[in-house]
Amino acid sequence: MKRELLKFLIFAALLLLLPLFFQGGYLLNVLLFVGIHTILAIGLNLLLGFAGQISLGHAAFFGMGAYLSGILTATYNVNPWLAMIIAAVVVGIMAFLIGFPILKLKGHYLAMATLGLGIIIYIVFNEAVDLTGGPSGLSGIPNLSIGSLIFDNDLKNYYLIWAFTLATMLLSINLAHSRIGRALRAIHDSEVAARVMGVNARLLKVQIFSLSAAISAIAGSLYAHTMTFVSPASFGFNFSIELLTMVVIGGLGSIYGSFLGAALLTLLPEMLRAFQDYDIVIYGLLLILMTMFMPGGLARAFPAIVAAISPKKPEGGQGSA
Amino acid sequence: MQLSEQLTQYLLSGLSTGAIYALIGFGFAIIYNTTSIINFAQGEFVMLGGMISVYFLSGLKLPLPLAILAAIPLATATGAIFERLAIRPLKQPTHLNLVIITIGGSILIRGLAMLIWGKDTHAMPTFSGSEPLNLAGATILPQHLWIIGVTLLIIIGNKLFFSYSVTGKAMRACACNRTAASLVGIDVRRMVLFSFVISSAMGSMAGIIIAPLTMTSYDVGIMLGLKGFCAAIIGGMSSGFGTVLGGLLLGVLESLGAGLISSGYKDAIAFIILLLILFIRPQGLFKKADTERV
Repeated sequence: MKRELLKFLIFAALLLLLPLFFQGGYLLNVLLFVGIHTILAIGLNLLLGFAGQISLGHAAFFGMGAYLSGILTATYNVNPWLAMIIAAVVVGIMAFLIGFPILKLKGHYLAMATLGLGIIIYIVFNEAVDLTGGPSGLSGIPNLSIGSLIFDNDLKNYYLIWAFTLATMLLSINLAHSRIGRALRAIHDSEVAARVMGVNARLLKVQIFSLSAAISAIAGSLYAHTMTFVSPASFGFNFSIELLTMVVIGGLGSIYGSFLGAALLTLLPEMLRAFQDYDIVIYGLLLILMTMFMPGGLARAFPAIVAAISPKKPEGGQGSA
Repeated sequence: MQLSEQLTQYLLSGLSTGAIYALIGFGFAIIYNTTSIINFAQGEFVMLGGMISVYFLSGLKLPLPLAILAAIPLATATGAIFERLAIRPLKQPTHLNLVIITIGGSILIRGLAMLIWGKDTHAMPTFSGSEPLNLAGATILPQHLWIIGVTLLIIIGNKLFFSYSVTGKAMRACACNRTAASLVGIDVRRMVLFSFVISSAMGSMAGIIIAPLTMTSYDVGIMLGLKGFCAAIIGGMSSGFGTVLGGLLLGVLESLGAGLISSGYKDAIAFIILLLILFIRPQGLFKKADTERV
């Protein structure tokens, strides 16, 4: 655990210093998205990597957080921080209630049910025009602020978002090492065995689903208040898939892997932008190639690559959280 | 129009889109049963069927029947290549890796289609005119009849293939127990390839017969694929009668819902039905529950 903490502190310090290397500019803006995507990937990883339950509808929870925050602040003038809390609580409760029937399902059926849920919510974003502004979106969402400090530029938002990201990471690392984390991994390996050992598998699955949804909703709030504009296009089926890909490519059950996956899949389209329309082809190709040749994800490949490059060093950093 | 006439209208158009969903669902079920892979790229073969036909028709000026006959093998070959290059070499074929790799495949195929044919929506002529026919007070297009007819033929052909041909029986053996199948000398890997060939062929045909009604573009595969998947789930992932009924049920309810409730929520209706069915009868509507062995 001590080593874990040290690793985390080094990671946090590096992130804190990162903006010094490029003052403002475009890349800083991309790093905001890396932060938000990392929160989302970790949220999904808790469900997928630890409890072994798939979700193809997580973009909907992200979207609900963003819309709840947006509507409450832009239409009803609620304080943004309060709106963020309300969004997280409401989405958490909703996921808790829907979790009971949905998590009874397994495998492909669970995948399909969460996918269906995601699409239904996405359609509501589009069709409930009075509330959400429909396909043209909702604008005029205020920035978050503490006293007179308003988070209105990329640099301020960078620290705001990454504070949340690091908090999510710390929470998840702790959770992974706790009794709950062990119980979840037991469910992952064999639900029946876990239940025989006295784990209330059903309740625990629903709880982690709810937590995962609430984390996604917080990421949604951050997104809404940073961008000050939301539209349904950001929360569709494709984004759910992208999130799943981040988690899997990063490495299941690895918190730092989720960061690597989120960073790669967020930076990649930016780097491929130069290729214009070819970017989607390259993206698809990379997904296939990485699943074929790097099935354990970046979290496991990364130390191996480092070990291969640096000579005479016994393998470091194995068994990440 | 009277309500009863309206209902007949919705019913008829629902049945023909339902037939399409059933065909696509069949493709899912065939691959799932021989390989236990959910092929998320299934919708892309539907798209390829329509898009390649349109390309042969307006790009190469081939006559319609020829364009269609040329499009099916091409789309099918894409399915076979996908299996050979992406699915078979997979070292750790876990469920999740397979889901990701078929999603990757679908993005790749969709992206290539966009590069080749652009982002425009293309129209395809109907097979035999567009003079509407009157049927019990409702009007339907000849294309609707084509859809229902072709679907029936494919389903009957499919049934015959799986019941009477040696290859069909071998594929069913793989669905039953892969290890046992390989022990009696069935080349399981070849059967996996066959299942991709058959389902991409069926998918492309579905895409061709629906294209004249709904137009086609590089991204039609996503929704059609998902609806087909719904049909297969409602039917309990069987490649038989259940999926046909599942598709028809989905098509009719969706068309009724779009007509009577709200067309904006049309796609949502399909998925609400799906969720309800999964919550109440997760094994599908027409199948007895399996007991899970531990």
